[in-house]
Amino acid sequence: MGKMNVNLCGIKLDNPIIPASGTFGFGYEFAELYDINCLGTFSFKGTTKDSRFGNPTPRIAECTQGMINAVGLQNPGVDKVISEELPKLYKVFNKKVMANISGFSVEDYAYTVEKLDSVDQIGWFEVNVSCPNVHGGGMSFGTNPEAAAEVTRAVRKVTKKPIIIKLSPNVTDIVAIAKACEEAGADGISLINTLLGMRIDLRTKRPVIANKMGGFSGPAIFPVAVRMVYQVAHAVNIPIVGMGGVSTAEDVIEMMLAGATAVEVGAANLVNPYACRDIINDLPRVMEKYGIENLSDIIGATE
Amino acid sequence: MKQSIFTIIENRPLTDCVWLMRMSGDTSDITAAGQFVNIQLDGLYLRRPISVFDCEDGILSIIYKVVGKGTEQMTTLPVGTPLDVLTGLGNGYNLEKVGKKPLLVGGGVGVPPLYYLAKKLIACGKRPEIVVGFNTAQEIFGVEFFEEIGCKVTVTTVDGSRGVKGFVTNALDAIDYDYVCTCGPEPMLKALYRATEAKGQYSFEERMGCGFGACMGCSCKTVTGYKRICKDGPILEKEEILWEK
Repeated sequence: MGKMNVNLCGIKLDNPIIPASGTFGFGYEFAELYDINCLGTFSFKGTTKDSRFGNPTPRIAECTQGMINAVGLQNPGVDKVISEELPKLYKVFNKKVMANISGFSVEDYAYTVEKLDSVDQIGWFEVNVSCPNVHGGGMSFGTNPEAAAEVTRAVRKVTKKPIIIKLSPNVTDIVAIAKACEEAGADGISLINTLLGMRIDLRTKRPVIANKMGGFSGPAIFPVAVRMVYQVAHAVNIPIVGMGGVSTAEDVIEMMLAGATAVEVGAANLVNPYACRDIINDLPRVMEKYGIENLSDIIGATE
Repeated sequence: MKQSIFTIIENRPLTDCVWLMRMSGDTSDITAAGQFVNIQLDGLYLRRPISVFDCEDGILSIIYKVVGKGTEQMTTLPVGTPLDVLTGLGNGYNLEKVGKKPLLVGGGVGVPPLYYLAKKLIACGKRPEIVVGFNTAQEIFGVEFFEEIGCKVTVTTVDGSRGVKGFVTNALDAIDYDYVCTCGPEPMLKALYRATEAKGQYSFEERMGCGFGACMGCSCKTVTGYKRICKDGPILEKEEILWEK
């Protein structure tokens, strides 16, 4: 059997599969379904300085081969994440976890990372500068190279753990933003966050989602994600975490060929709660089919 | 929660747009009345959450209203079709908290889960009375199911074409009850909440992403904090409810 392990920013993953933030909670709900220690790691629910309810409902709209969400970073705030959520996770997950954090100012980002830095189980920070669902924050940091670099520098000062900046696809030049983050000290780049989308109800003539617009994810966005991972991988020298519509072991291989060191799975978890376990179980078969001995050999293999 | 394959054994209309589907499969995770199942359909990305109408010995029954692509597709599925179903979702009604004289109030497609609840209450020695509300006589379904298990049923219709004219709240004065369990559209729940002093359990509906607590798509605010309708609900106790809209 081929080898599935990869090295993400100095930490070994048994396999490259990472449930994406916002689709896996803090892990313990999925641990009731299967042993989540089979995962490479997972990225926990986006955490902010203060607790947030998020946006009004409806927050979800179905699309062809995908969905739109406008949850709006609902989370209990960093203090409760540390005191209530992470203690439940320790009991069911014995690997390093990826801490996904977001903010509304540069100071917010630094505050939240600094608070979480002492948590031993956190292996990486995934810094979300790309949430399309919150006004006056989130994505506004990820649509401008200088603002993204400023957030990167601020969190760099408060942690020695690897920092992975999560980028928005809702930009003209994602390569410029990725390069700015690399120069500012990022250890990795993850992409893509959701595409800004919208649905309208024909009967009411109103948007399906209360917040009008939201983040479009699912298999429909996979080709966009592959293209952007490929572009960024050819422009930076730090590892890429690829995501966007990944649903099968074949998608994982394609994402890695495009340049991803590890691969996040998002919306698929919401449709099939066993999606990540199923992909991991299926990877050896697909590797054999395409003559892949070591998954790490194919990272960025597509010229 | 459990993911398994069910096989359709019956699928027929009860009214113009309300259908009954029975399927066989592993029902071991369906532990309470008021829970729902989430059904995967061909070509549709998200599953369809539907409340449990009845469940026994590996037979799951649901009653669904045809409201869109998913439920339209369901009406076309013949006996023998396999369906990928997540079972055991949601908290369900808490039988221990139900008073001595329970009243079950259902509106429209909120009626089905109350049948399974009535059976469970009867099994623990209680005699639930039923009020079901519809817009018109043509929309009425399910009354005979309750009558078959010995429940007294009061029907209300908005246009007065059968039973008490008006809303479910117009039927309350004539009934002796000390506790309410209800499921229906939010305006009905709100009217009932205001019309009765009795304690109770209210089942809410919200557009869902996953249906099992992962995506936070269906969150609501309650007196006791944020809750996910799919995981911490759909049943809320009356004291917890915060009306926002």
